[in-house]
Amino acid sequence: MTAMIELANAEKTFTMHLQGGVELPVVRGVSFHVEPGECVVLSGPSGAGKSSILKMIFGNYRCDSGRIGIRHHGAVIDLATAEPRQVLSIRRSTIGYVSQFLRAVPRVATIDVVAEPLIVNGVAREEARTRAGHLLRRLNIPERLWTLPPSTFSGGEQQRVNIARGFISDLPILLLDEPTASLDAANRAVVVELIAEKKTKGVAMVAIVHDDEIRHLIADRIVDVTSFAAAA
Amino acid sequence: MSEASHLDNDQPLLVADGLAKNYGQLAACRDISFSLYPGEVLAIVGESGSGKSTLLQLLSAQLAPSAGRVSYRMRDGVLRDLAVLGEAERRFLFRTDWGFVHQDPAQGLRMGVSAGANVGERLMAVGWNHYGKIRDSASTWLERVEIDVGRIDDAPKTYSGGMRQRLQIARNLVTEPRLVFMDEPTGGLDVSVQARLLDLMRNLVSELGLAAIVVTHDLAVARLLSHRVMVMKGGRVIETGLTDQVLDDPREPYTQLLVSSILPP
Amino acid sequence: MNAPTYNFAYLDEQTKRMIRRAILKAIAIPGYQVPFASREMPMPYGWGTGGVQVTAAILGPDDVLKVIDQGSDDTTNAISIRKFFGKTAGVATTTSTTDATVIQTRHRIPEAELHAGQVLVYQVPIPEPLRFLEPRETETRRMHALAEYGLMHVKLYEDIARFGHIATAYAYPVKVNARYVMDPSPTPKFDNPKMDNCAALQLFGAGREKRIYAIPPYTTVVSLDFEDHPFTRYRFDAPCALCGADNSYLDEIVTDDRGGRMFVCSDTDFCEQRQAAGHHGTERAAPHKEKAHV
Repeated sequence: MTAMIELANAEKTFTMHLQGGVELPVVRGVSFHVEPGECVVLSGPSGAGKSSILKMIFGNYRCDSGRIGIRHHGAVIDLATAEPRQVLSIRRSTIGYVSQFLRAVPRVATIDVVAEPLIVNGVAREEARTRAGHLLRRLNIPERLWTLPPSTFSGGEQQRVNIARGFISDLPILLLDEPTASLDAANRAVVVELIAEKKTKGVAMVAIVHDDEIRHLIADRIVDVTSFAAAA
Repeated sequence: MSEASHLDNDQPLLVADGLAKNYGQLAACRDISFSLYPGEVLAIVGESGSGKSTLLQLLSAQLAPSAGRVSYRMRDGVLRDLAVLGEAERRFLFRTDWGFVHQDPAQGLRMGVSAGANVGERLMAVGWNHYGKIRDSASTWLERVEIDVGRIDDAPKTYSGGMRQRLQIARNLVTEPRLVFMDEPTGGLDVSVQARLLDLMRNLVSELGLAAIVVTHDLAVARLLSHRVMVMKGGRVIETGLTDQVLDDPREPYTQLLVSSILPP
Repeated sequence: MNAPTYNFAYLDEQTKRMIRRAILKAIAIPGYQVPFASREMPMPYGWGTGGVQVTAAILGPDDVLKVIDQGSDDTTNAISIRKFFGKTAGVATTTSTTDATVIQTRHRIPEAELHAGQVLVYQVPIPEPLRFLEPRETETRRMHALAEYGLMHVKLYEDIARFGHIATAYAYPVKVNARYVMDPSPTPKFDNPKMDNCAALQLFGAGREKRIYAIPPYTTVVSLDFEDHPFTRYRFDAPCALCGADNSYLDEIVTDDRGGRMFVCSDTDFCEQRQAAGHHGTERAAPHKEKAHV
């Protein structure tokens, strides 16, 4: 296969043991693939399982059956059966995840929060910081804030820091969970630009976007999640 | 060294194989097997009496297992059964390639001896014989754990709880161990002090590429520090996996109970 | 003559054999503390019960005994022990270091060089050099067994950190035969170099702590130190006021209530021999100052 991501009949059910073992089916029969340089947007009403699918592709939610193939260092690894160590390795050098909320690390300066994914992958600290500064400037985070920890920022600022952190690396797969949710028009445009740049670099992306306008700007294909809804 | 080079290492550092410990009729640990890789941080969580502290003692060769074995890859690259190591080798391992951070710093420090000597002791134990160099190294480590170097000649009995815990960490890391055992490292500290300590440990672990086994009942500690988590109950490992997987998508009834018992932040 | 009610040298023969076995073992493992069944002696603990038992076990009728306390032959403790063996063993006694075959000592090694065939018996209060840093006997024994002596340097480190130099002035730890770290009993560290490669057999007895240890003749004894803070011996920076010696260990004697003092050899036999040979000091008071002695 040439696809970066290939899901085949992936299935997820929550068993709520504290509620007497209630089974809560989330999705089933999830099958789609993402090619390099392509942005696939998941659509469907809330509760349809879009975020769950994204979390399964990141290895955050476990996959009960089926297959989630990820091209990692040239080989295909099935996330549904991968060892924790492989998942960590995939997250470090293959899959990036931009969530809606920044899980702030206390006491670390914004510029270092953004630069960290590069440093972890062996880029020199100074170069990583320079690139982090570029991105923060593009996303309109004033330079005077760069040395402060982001935990004190507003929601919109935190999200932009999070986007910078997600987009700084050269990972071949990016998962975007509502990256523009609380941004103003100017910053939304920046994010659209960033996504377009990633496409030209051959990055495969899966996104959840509620804003119709943005969806049309970034989507190469739309996958309707409703068809995967696991009716109990 | 970058974190990456450690995590990509394909040979396990420590291997537990069918470990069990019985106290008479009581099975404190049953059939525990796992591998720990260089640079990997494993959290062992569970409530009091679940066997997690017994397991830590088994893994660190302070307690002999009733069944099974623990092997460790020595610096020469050879994986060796800890039970067949001589006591001298085990103790040498303990003060060079391993660290042990106790919940109560008084157990891990010499409370009446200066901070500098507390940090320097391991160096002197491996034959360092130059006062100036030992003191320089101690100063460097005090700085790394954010203790004012001006306090180097004060005994830890004059330190606050958080400082004592940071000093204990410095004392352990001075010989650049590859594996650190931690037993409830943030237990008994104020919340604000805990946050600072966790942040410090997180940075040190990733900068030094340390492997660590952290016993804790605090899931927040597990989430912040560890890559992988093992949930224990009644002496058994009932669930294991990536930390965020186990905490965000818990499968076992007991793990769901643990996770749902956390107050929202 | 032998007092009729006492066995030779006070102790019964079985006890002496037991002690001799401990001594032999101690000699076989230089610096290692051998436990022994220490007996009650007719003197209080702290007065040399360990040394006395060792002396009693090795004394023969032909031996010539010298006893010193802080270098002096004429202090109460020295006289009592000398008389004790004079009475219970009937051995000859002397104050001459050279003439003695057995010398029991508290807190000094004689200035005159010891010769082959002599035995120096030390009285030891606390035999364990690691004791003040590690209170558990089980742990200190393990540390000796595994030669884990980092802790000993912790003590020296603390000295330098606190005083700028190694301030330990007596009971200065040594390593014997490149293996065991040993407490040389509370002798001043000035005497430490005399233990190294010594022609005489050195025996150490701790009565209360029930330990015997030994340094066989011609054994290497090294004082612990740091490369950048090497072992140094100190003495008062003055010649002896009585014999003029400038290489002996001195006692300070306060001569009036206005701060006057003089310094005299702590080894009385050494001082007297020198005076008999015509050496004289100035008998003047000297400043209270120590100096490194090489």
